[in-house]
Amino acid sequence: MKGSSRALRIALTGNPNTGKSSLFNALTGLNQKVSNYPGITVEKKTGFFKLTNGSVVEVTDLPGTYSLNPSSLDEAVVLDFLAQPKPKEKPDGVVVVLDATNLKRNLYLLTQVLDLGYPTIAVLNMMDMVDRKGIDIDIDGLQKSYNIPFVYMTTRKSLGFEELKSEISEYVVSNRTPLFDVDSMTWVPEIHELLPDSPSKYASWLLAIQESENSQLPPSVKTSLHDVLEKNQVNKNQERTKEAIKRYQQVNSVLSDFVLVDPKKDKSLTGRIDKLLTHKVYGLVILFSVLTIIFQAVFAWSEAPMNFIDGLFSQLSQGIKSYFAPGPLTGLFADGVVPGLAGVAIFIPQIAILFTFIGILEESGYMARVVVLMDRLMSKFGLSGKSVLPLISGTACAIPAIMATRTIENWKERLITIFVTPFTTCSARLPVYVVLISLVIPDGDLLGFSYKGLALMGMYALGFVTALVSSYTMSKWLGMKSNTPFIIEMPSYRLPLYKNLLIMVFEKSKSFVAGAGKIIVAISVILWVLATNGPNTTFGLSQEEILSNAPLDLSEEETQSYIDGYKLESSYIGRLGKFIEPTIEPLGYDWKVGIALISSFAAREVFVGTIATIYSVGDDSETTIVNKMRQEINPKTGLPFFSLAVGMSLMVFYAFAMQCVSTFAVVRKETNSWTWPLLQLVFMTTFAYVMSFATYQLLV
Amino acid sequence: MSKRAVDLQVGERGIVSNFSTEEIPGKLLEMGCLPGCEVELKYTTPFNGPLIMRIANSEIAIRRDLASKILVESL
Repeated sequence: MKGSSRALRIALTGNPNTGKSSLFNALTGLNQKVSNYPGITVEKKTGFFKLTNGSVVEVTDLPGTYSLNPSSLDEAVVLDFLAQPKPKEKPDGVVVVLDATNLKRNLYLLTQVLDLGYPTIAVLNMMDMVDRKGIDIDIDGLQKSYNIPFVYMTTRKSLGFEELKSEISEYVVSNRTPLFDVDSMTWVPEIHELLPDSPSKYASWLLAIQESENSQLPPSVKTSLHDVLEKNQVNKNQERTKEAIKRYQQVNSVLSDFVLVDPKKDKSLTGRIDKLLTHKVYGLVILFSVLTIIFQAVFAWSEAPMNFIDGLFSQLSQGIKSYFAPGPLTGLFADGVVPGLAGVAIFIPQIAILFTFIGILEESGYMARVVVLMDRLMSKFGLSGKSVLPLISGTACAIPAIMATRTIENWKERLITIFVTPFTTCSARLPVYVVLISLVIPDGDLLGFSYKGLALMGMYALGFVTALVSSYTMSKWLGMKSNTPFIIEMPSYRLPLYKNLLIMVFEKSKSFVAGAGKIIVAISVILWVLATNGPNTTFGLSQEEILSNAPLDLSEEETQSYIDGYKLESSYIGRLGKFIEPTIEPLGYDWKVGIALISSFAAREVFVGTIATIYSVGDDSETTIVNKMRQEINPKTGLPFFSLAVGMSLMVFYAFAMQCVSTFAVVRKETNSWTWPLLQLVFMTTFAYVMSFATYQLLV
Repeated sequence: MSKRAVDLQVGERGIVSNFSTEEIPGKLLEMGCLPGCEVELKYTTPFNGPLIMRIANSEIAIRRDLASKILVESL
């Protein structure tokens, strides 16, 4: 774009596992921003870098794809970005990253991109692996056949970046005849007219034959396209086949002229490693060891930083209270905003650790093997091998877990995974379980395992089993006929690059804080307002009036607690608790538990904090809370209120109920509908109610 | 001899001759699995899980029901 002041726009595309993101990270460093494509939650990564002449290039890293015919939502983004660009986003050129060790399939995508009509540069990446795999590439021959520049590159060794940059600044626009000719199809001009932003007839053809469930086109355009296809009796699948055959013929002839592959010279290790990792016995043993290590690490390693964050924020609260005069604003920050922020920050260590492991699995290539090894087992329950990752991530937090379902191509499998992931025991349930277990489960042990430890393990098992049983039920109900099959490439094993890992962990944590964080903080503030305000007749009483009914011999601290407890009872949220009391009485709860249920809808772990306030506990350490709860007497029976029946019933409720606004929000976003999150909320809450009722009635 | 890709032995190679269904997924074709292409069964996975096949020089895992629809001439 000579003579123009705006930055040159480049789109980066390529097959998965070609080192495309490594190239993106190497070019832009942390000079990148992640946003969402409009309407869907597929991440859009853009970044900036400078050419040697000082001009700035804006580069967009498109999701990896094998072709421009999308099979998943991620891939549909690539087609939309290139074939239907917004005028302000239209790329000036495309860089296609090719895996030099696997040119056949990579050239397929290149030939599709070429036909879109953009000036294009091809990057031959992983050149360091080419010799080892016994491949010989005639780069001049490739350049001549496609009439575009090819750049050698080894992103892992930072080779070829300067060459790419100089090709970008010189930018060759070539006149080529399309490789796959759509001009001869009589119906294409009609379609091209319906799509004014499309850069070429081929781009319009691609948009027209894609599966409508992936398409982001406006409904009216979809209908018109559909009508043209109908009128001309065009079969989408046949068109796709025609294209694949035509392009592979062309690619094969180029390959046979310019690329020599000698499998006998293949010295790479991947084959030998896979023999072990897909083995009937060893493969499974290794898989479950890896999963166990991740699971353990997420909890063990995060404990110290979580305690640190917890301490930091409660000190901050105390600090605010002691430095500023008491008043509504101080209260809002000390008891509303800061605890809200703490509720977000506390999960960062687990999310960071979890995504470090996930990053290592993905970067190394082992993730594809995990998916394949688990696929059979998971498909029995209506899930996909790709559901394993979300279900494991769910033990940290359902939000990143649900976001991780995007790679599942089959919509039904993805929907079921989204639906059942919140059943896995997320870390927000942990503090609730810890308090309740130490309250109602007796000391003692069975074969060396303490009852309390077993109870906690039982709750995790309950979560997983429920997730699997509900997905089985749901797959039967939805009917499992699907047309997007399970096809997954086994990439070569590679050592993960720490730079890629760091950037990924940073971006994931950031998007969690930005996404879930906002909601948790907002709800915390609303709950604080509801808890500190109430109807004037009861709430507006003076301290003397409140204390007129208090027991006499109270210490100063107990007096303050008594006042806090009274205020909470007469606040709006206390009213709400009383209001729902008749509904939850069959489960064994009273209005106080009701308050905790309502307030923990923002995030489950708020239960502990609310209980602390309700039972007028001075500080909210778990031992103090448990002691205080133990003293609570049921006025009807004269026995302790938190009996085994009530405790178990509460745990069951927390295991099954949705109780998480952020999950609701993320499901709304990921399914792009209100139906599914609402259905999920109603189903989980009803199920929780019924199961808690049964638990209480059985045990009482 | 003509057989289904799912019936290949580990290490056995074949040339794709046809598909036994019209509805062959586009993605499989775009990965290079077209009539005339050489395939090899590299590994099976436990519990009758997906098959890992070498298709167009890369290793791709597909479920058995899909592999049963790919017809090959064994080499």
